Amino acid sequence: MRRQGWKGQPLSNLLAKFGIGIALVVEIILFSILSPYFFSSDNILNVTLQASITAIIAVGMTFVILTSGIDLSVGALVAFTGVVVTSLLKLPLSFPVLFPLAALAGILIGMMSGAFAGMFVTRFNITPFIVTLALMTIWRGAAYLYTDGRPVWGLPDQFSFLGSGRLAGVPVPTILMVLIYAAAYVALNKTTFGRYVYAVGGNKEAARLAGINTNRILLSVYMLCGGLASLSGLLLASRMNSGQPNSGLMYELDVIAAVVVGGTSLFGGRGSIIGTFMGAMLIGILRNGLNLLNVNSYIQQVVVGVVILLSVLMDRRRTS
Amino acid sequence: MQQIRKEYPGVLALDDVNFGLQPGEIHCLLGENGAGKSTLMKVLSGALRKDFGTIRINGEEADIQSPADAQRYGIGMIYQDIKLVPELSVAENILLGNEPKKKNSPFIDFKKMHEIAREVIGQLGEEIDTRSIVSDLSIAHRQLVEIAKALSKKLKVLALDEPSAALTGRELKNLFKVLRKLRSDGVGIIYISHRLEEIFEIGDRVTILRDGKFVQTAPIAEVDRRGLVRWMVGRELENEYPKISLTRGEEILGVENLSAGMLKEINLSVCRGEIFGIAGLVGAGRSELARVIFGADEKDEGKIFHEGNEIHPRSPREAIDLGIGLLTEDRNLYGLIMQMNVRENITLSNLRAVASGGLIQRSKEEGIANKFRDDLRIKTPGIEQEVDHLSGGNRQKVVLARWLFTKSKLLIFDEPTAGIDVGVKFEIYNLMNNLAKEGIGVIVISSDLPELLGICDRIAVMCEGRITGILPRQEATQEAVMTLATSRMEGAAAV
Repeated sequence: MRRQGWKGQPLSNLLAKFGIGIALVVEIILFSILSPYFFSSDNILNVTLQASITAIIAVGMTFVILTSGIDLSVGALVAFTGVVVTSLLKLPLSFPVLFPLAALAGILIGMMSGAFAGMFVTRFNITPFIVTLALMTIWRGAAYLYTDGRPVWGLPDQFSFLGSGRLAGVPVPTILMVLIYAAAYVALNKTTFGRYVYAVGGNKEAARLAGINTNRILLSVYMLCGGLASLSGLLLASRMNSGQPNSGLMYELDVIAAVVVGGTSLFGGRGSIIGTFMGAMLIGILRNGLNLLNVNSYIQQVVVGVVILLSVLMDRRRTS
Repeated sequence: MQQIRKEYPGVLALDDVNFGLQPGEIHCLLGENGAGKSTLMKVLSGALRKDFGTIRINGEEADIQSPADAQRYGIGMIYQDIKLVPELSVAENILLGNEPKKKNSPFIDFKKMHEIAREVIGQLGEEIDTRSIVSDLSIAHRQLVEIAKALSKKLKVLALDEPSAALTGRELKNLFKVLRKLRSDGVGIIYISHRLEEIFEIGDRVTILRDGKFVQTAPIAEVDRRGLVRWMVGRELENEYPKISLTRGEEILGVENLSAGMLKEINLSVCRGEIFGIAGLVGAGRSELARVIFGADEKDEGKIFHEGNEIHPRSPREAIDLGIGLLTEDRNLYGLIMQMNVRENITLSNLRAVASGGLIQRSKEEGIANKFRDDLRIKTPGIEQEVDHLSGGNRQKVVLARWLFTKSKLLIFDEPTAGIDVGVKFEIYNLMNNLAKEGIGVIVISSDLPELLGICDRIAVMCEGRITGILPRQEATQEAVMTLATSRMEGAAAV
C-alpha cells in the first residue's frame, strides 16, 4: 500500500514533484530553529546577495544544460571579465562615461566566448564538455597573463555600488538576480525561443526536421551563458572592489550543482528555471546556515556534496 | 528445424516453420521484409529462443539456448552488419575468445595465433595479411574475416544474412567461390538474400517464408523467377485499403535528373490530388530521396520544382516554408520530441502562427491542439499528455497534426504505418485520401507492398538509388513491382 497524500496522489509522487520546494522549506524552518539570527530580514537579504553571483550564472547554465550541453568556462570567464573591466576603469576618463563602456566590453567578452563555444559545438561537432574545458583554461590563463598574476586595485569609488550598494535596502545584485530570473522564466516558458531550447535538448535531429534552426538555438544559449557569466564577473569585481585573476575558481561546479539540484536533466529537454532558482537558494542557504552555526568549513563541503547526491536521487525517482 | 514458433508481443514472427539443410548444400532463404527469415536464423544461432519446435542436427535433437550453444553444435552465423572489433588485427579478430596461450602462462602466443589465422584464411583461397587492422580492410575482406572467424570453430552450418548487400560484382564472385569451396568440404550453407539472381546462381534449394509462415521448399532447378516472386508476395489483396477515385491537378513536385549521394538521375513528377507511392527494398534510397526533397540532405546535381518553380531547399525550415512536410520514418527517433506533450509537438513546426512578437499565445495554442486532437481523433487523456505515453498510431497522428497545422501542400509519408495496428492504419489511409481530395500532393514511401498497391494512384519503384519504373495503378502488381525493385541488382535478368 502506498500512502496517499494531497488530492489522492501517492506521497512519493508529491515529494518528487515539489521535492526541491519542500526541501527548501524544511531547510529554512530547521535553520530558523537552530539559529535565532537566521530568519531576520538582514540575513535573508545577505543570503540572496551571497548566492546571487552563482545564481545569475545558473540561469545561463540552465539554458545550456536544457540543450544537453554544458559550459565549464563560466568560472574562468568571471575572473577574466573582472580583470579586464577593472583595468579599463583605471583609464583617465570620467566614471559615468567609462563605466558603461567597460561594462559593455566585459559582457561582450562573455558573449564572444559563448559564440566561440557554440561555433565549435555546431560547426565542428565537438562535445561541449571538451570545448568549454579548453575555454576554461584559456580564460583562466588569460586572466593571470593580463594582470601578470597580480590583482587590479585602486578603482573609482562609484564602482562598488553595483556589487555592494543597496536600493531601498535591497542589495543591487539581489535585484539584478530577481530581474534576470523573471526574464529567463518568460523566455523559457512563454516564447518560441524557449520552446525550441527544450525541443533541441529533447531530440536535436527531430527538432531540425521539424524546421527548427538548431544551430542558431545552440549558439544563442552559449552566448547567453557566457554573457551572464561575464555579468557575474562584473558584480564580483565590484563587490571586491578589485580585479582578481583567481576569482571565480570552481564556480562552474557550484553553478552546475545548483542547476542539477533544481531538477534539470543533464541529458537535456527537461528542467525549469524556477527549479534552478530553488537549487541555487537551497545551496546558498545551506552554506549560510552552516556558517551561522559555526560549522567547520570542511564539514560544510561534505554536507553540500551529500545534499547534491540526495537531490539527484530524488530526481531519478521522478523520471524513472 | 521443425515447427519452429516464435512470438513477440502482438506478433507471431514464426508460425510452425519447417526448414531442412543437407550437408554440402547451399540452401537459400527467401521472403519479403518481415517474413521471418532473420528471426529463423536468430533462433538457429541462439540469439533468440524459440517458443516451440525442435532443432535436429545430424538427426539428434539439439538444445540451443544461447550463441555459445550454437557454436558448440558447429553453427556459424554471419549477420548483415559485420560484428568485428575494428581496432584489432585480422588474426586477433579471428581468434577472439580462443586465443592460443604460451604454455602455462596467461600470455597470448602471437606467433601461433597468426599461424592459425593464416591457415584459416588460406582455406578460403584468399590472401589477407593477418596483421592488418580490420578497420583498414574493405567491406568484402571484412566479410571474409567474419567467415574465417566462423570457420576457425569447425563449422557444420554457416548462415549468411544478406551478405551481398555491401558487395560489388567482383567481390560477390569471390564470395561465391568461397561458398562453393565450403560446400564441397561438406558444410551446409544457408544463404539469405533479396536478390533473386544470386539465388539462381549459387543456390541448390530454396525455401520461401511469408508472414512468418513456411510457403515452399523447392530445388532451384525447378523454379523460375516469376514463381519465386509469387510465392514471396503470395496473398491476394483484401479490402483493407479504402481507395477513392481522385482527380489529378497540376504538378506540385517535379524532380529532374537529381543526384545526391547514393541517388542517381531521379526523375519524377507528383501532382496535386494524387497519392504517389515509392516502393523498393530497404536501402534502395527511398528515405534518402525524401530527405533531399525536404532539404534535410543536400543534392549534388539536378533540379527540384515546386508548383512549377525551381527550389533549392537547404534546410527543413526552407522546405516547410514552401509547404513541404515530411513524416519521417521512425517517428520516435526523428519525428517526435518525446519529453514534450501533445500540444507542444503539434505546434512545433509552426509555432510562429500561435505567437506574436515571439510570445506564445497559450490559449490560441491550446485551441489548435484541441482542434487537431478532435479532428484526427487522437486518443489521449488530454493535450498536456506527454507523447511518450501514447500508442504508435496516436503518435503518428500527432506528427500528422503537426504537418496539417503547417498547411503543407505536399506531404511525404515515410513508412507511415510501421508498427501501427490495423484499425489506425485504416484511419490513416482515409486521412491520406481526404488530403489528396483537398488537392494536397501525397507521397507514400512504404515497405508494405500491398499497402502501396491498395492506396496509391501511381507507384515509383526504386532500386539501388535509381527509379527503375513508375507504374500507374492499373499496371501495378506485386510481381511487376518486385521485378522492378530487384531489376538493377547484380546479374538481373529480364523477366
